Amino acid sequence: MTTQPVHFYQIGSFAVGNRLLSDGERTVQSNLDRTNSIDSGHRACQGCGEALGARYALDAAMRATNGQIVAVNATGCLEVFSTPYPETSWRIPWLHSLFGNAPAVATGVAAALRVKGKKDVRVVAQAGDGGTVDIGFGCLSGMFERNDDVLFICYDNEGYMNTGVQRSAATPPAARTATTEVVGPEPGNIFGQGKDLPRIAIAHDIPYVATATVADLHDLERKVERAMEIHGARYLHVLVPCPLGWGSASNETIHVARLAKESGLFPVFEAEGGTVTSVSKIRRQVPVEDYLSIQRRYAHLFGKHPRPDVVARIQAMADRNIARYGLVDEEADSKEMAE
Amino acid sequence: MLRQIEGSRAVAETVALCRPEVVCAYPISPQTHIIEAVGVMVKAGELAPCEFINVESEFAAMSVAIGASATGARAYTATSSQGLLFMMEAVHNAAGLGLPIVMTLANRAIGAPINIWNDHSDAMAVRDAGWIQLFAESNQEAADLHVQAFRLAEELSVPVMVCMDGFILTHAVEGVDILDQSFVDSFLPPYEPRQVLDTNDPVSIGAMVGPEAFEEVKYLAHLRQLDALVRIPAIAKEFADATGRDSGGLVRSYRTEDADILIVALGSVLGTIKDAVDIRREAGERVGVVGITSFRPFPAEAVREALCQARQVVVVEKAFSIGFGGVLSTDVAMAMQGVETNLRTVVAGLGGRSITRRSLEELIETAGRDELETLTFLDLDHGAVERERARMGETRRSGPSAENLLRDRGTAATAPVKEQA
Amino acid sequence: MVTAAEILSVAAFDEGRRAQAFPSFGSERTGAPVVSFCRIDDREIRTREPVMEPDAVIIQDVTLIHQVDLFSGLSKDGYVLVNTSRAFDELGFGDFFDKFRPERLMTCPATEFALEHVGRPLPNAALLGGFAALTGQITMEAIDKAVRERFAGLVGERNVAAAAAAFSYVTSKEEELTRASTN
Repeated sequence: MTTQPVHFYQIGSFAVGNRLLSDGERTVQSNLDRTNSIDSGHRACQGCGEALGARYALDAAMRATNGQIVAVNATGCLEVFSTPYPETSWRIPWLHSLFGNAPAVATGVAAALRVKGKKDVRVVAQAGDGGTVDIGFGCLSGMFERNDDVLFICYDNEGYMNTGVQRSAATPPAARTATTEVVGPEPGNIFGQGKDLPRIAIAHDIPYVATATVADLHDLERKVERAMEIHGARYLHVLVPCPLGWGSASNETIHVARLAKESGLFPVFEAEGGTVTSVSKIRRQVPVEDYLSIQRRYAHLFGKHPRPDVVARIQAMADRNIARYGLVDEEADSKEMAE
Repeated sequence: MLRQIEGSRAVAETVALCRPEVVCAYPISPQTHIIEAVGVMVKAGELAPCEFINVESEFAAMSVAIGASATGARAYTATSSQGLLFMMEAVHNAAGLGLPIVMTLANRAIGAPINIWNDHSDAMAVRDAGWIQLFAESNQEAADLHVQAFRLAEELSVPVMVCMDGFILTHAVEGVDILDQSFVDSFLPPYEPRQVLDTNDPVSIGAMVGPEAFEEVKYLAHLRQLDALVRIPAIAKEFADATGRDSGGLVRSYRTEDADILIVALGSVLGTIKDAVDIRREAGERVGVVGITSFRPFPAEAVREALCQARQVVVVEKAFSIGFGGVLSTDVAMAMQGVETNLRTVVAGLGGRSITRRSLEELIETAGRDELETLTFLDLDHGAVERERARMGETRRSGPSAENLLRDRGTAATAPVKEQA
Repeated sequence: MVTAAEILSVAAFDEGRRAQAFPSFGSERTGAPVVSFCRIDDREIRTREPVMEPDAVIIQDVTLIHQVDLFSGLSKDGYVLVNTSRAFDELGFGDFFDKFRPERLMTCPATEFALEHVGRPLPNAALLGGFAALTGQITMEAIDKAVRERFAGLVGERNVAAAAAAFSYVTSKEEELTRASTN
């Protein structure tokens, strides 16, 4: 990889971090040799977390397979914004069939590749959270259970954004969507519902399950690379903030994703063979309020009639995640504070 | 080789001769024997290279076939009834994408009330999906049609559904001449896809198409079906020349010369109708049969030609559009535009009710007397229906009609059903 | 029973005739009353209706006799073969068969033959042996061949033995009847 020498300027943000990294770990967008699964010119919204996540995931998959991948896409934002007729952003073979069948279509692609003796060509299927946890769930569970050789990536923006922001089984409690409006005694999405798909995936005993966010793209890339080293059903669940649906600023996507992780609301981990094998620790724990208050979908919890009780319930969810996955390293924390 | 075997077995062995590469299976009666038999052959390695995938639903079955076909593999599955409806979205999608999947549809009624027996409601429910739909009259034709189906599908990049009557054909043991591998190999060249997911030449398949081109895409699909109207008889002729068997084609006429009355039907009931026609012919009645093999594309011209001389056309169909009447007869009526004819619709054999030769003979007699109503339900128990209507009139909570009708017939669920075939 | 109709159709096929066998279709459930049909003809069989007027009725499970209408459409010249160790007139049909031809009404302990030769209570092959003896519509040789086609090796061997035993049993009973009637 060719990189240009850079001078170090302290600008007080994480942005400088890239330049402090060794050559191999740097992200260099202008590199002519980089893989390019999704071309520019697609129609994603400004600050779209899904476009970013998909691009990094598939570029990493391309690198890991020497460009030998086929992508299957469920209906959804990614499908719509990447193929505005008569154009396509995809630089890899790409197939979109339906909303709920991407895992099964990918199974068929993988089976055909086996029959055709194309052992080096790998299959990645992708869907939003609706196509994964709701309408595609039956096909996904079947693909997992058969341990078909497919990496399935869920880009989770916690709702049906393509149809105008409706609730999915991945929509978190209290969040406002068009079908969980901010009315009645329990405004927003109600507590006690929803599916934790990474854990459901682990319960299928598939070889690899991981979560990631677009706040740490190198972590996402590494997980895709790891997934491509393994054969069988693999699942990657990527949190991708949606400025439109979440009511967050377009330039805050990565920040919002980072707060989701740093608050403990979105645990980032890896599991192999049914067991959690590594956890991305929270670096600087923040209260969930920091994460919630910058998204308009939670605006009803703050402002004139604040709902500290609801915020507390969400904090309890974060605390449960922290305890479940050991997200906070007590020793490291105290060490950092001592420094 | 001519063998006395079950229809499902004959189809499975013929599908195997077509060298399918990906076969997806989900059980539903009465299709199961076909997919079981193919599964055994795949598992024993007889069809290698071939993948047999046990999926979790019919929706997944068709979806796996879509993925496999788009990757250049010859894909096959089979289903019936509720299974077809459960995969409906993918059925349309496969046709929309132009993927030459072949599927056997072991025709079965659609519930509620749940019913596993034969009629054509399932095939009719997907007639507009863009698939070619061929109906088999016998197990020999069902087997033969599969070879022609793969050839046709792959030539035109259109999926083909081979419809065979559930149980009546799938479970009947009769003589079927199973083709040789060498013949099938010469008749059916390896699949050369028009579009394929290939890392050396990446394409996007299944992109969103807006109003600016959607109609053109659909019209192209229509043209391909019109091409099929030419290719279906051509392929059938080539098949007949090589095998000596008259399988497939668009329509087939039987004793239609000088006929006053022509009966039109799809599928295995044609056999019983022919027997009835022979008897009525002996009695001096001028009656004949026109069997439609290709329901989609609908061979309007061939149908008109076959029927135009008849004084009366009687469409006997195992399905109907509730609230209107015949489905096939509507198509026949369109085909007969401009030709003066009396068209009669006879709905028969719903949910596996036997269509007996005797009832058909009576039907022909009634038609001969010009007494057949526009829409007739063959062997319908009007009394039972009237009694249920009366019960519904008497009390608001009259209960589920299906149960009431069973009780009325004295064959409520607890008692053994007397005659089921 | 489905197997029996199928084997009978294969036997007829092997003898160069046209045959069609099909079950009365139901859910896959053991223990449900099952009816299956077989047509044999010298011409192509086109009809798909169930057999409405059988020439012969084989009853595998004698307990069905009074539960299900088994003889509808059977002509007075028809054949009846019942799987039981009892005699035909002990079955409680009353005067139903009075106008039938007695030499065409027969019982045969097919299950016992099956237990003896096959070791399991599966009377299909034995009933077909009895049917061949009773009707003469099919040869014992054809039944022998068709049974072996269906069951390979020792199982086929044993089923053929059961069929042969039933064939001689019915043949000798027929001879007895002939002797009785000529006397």
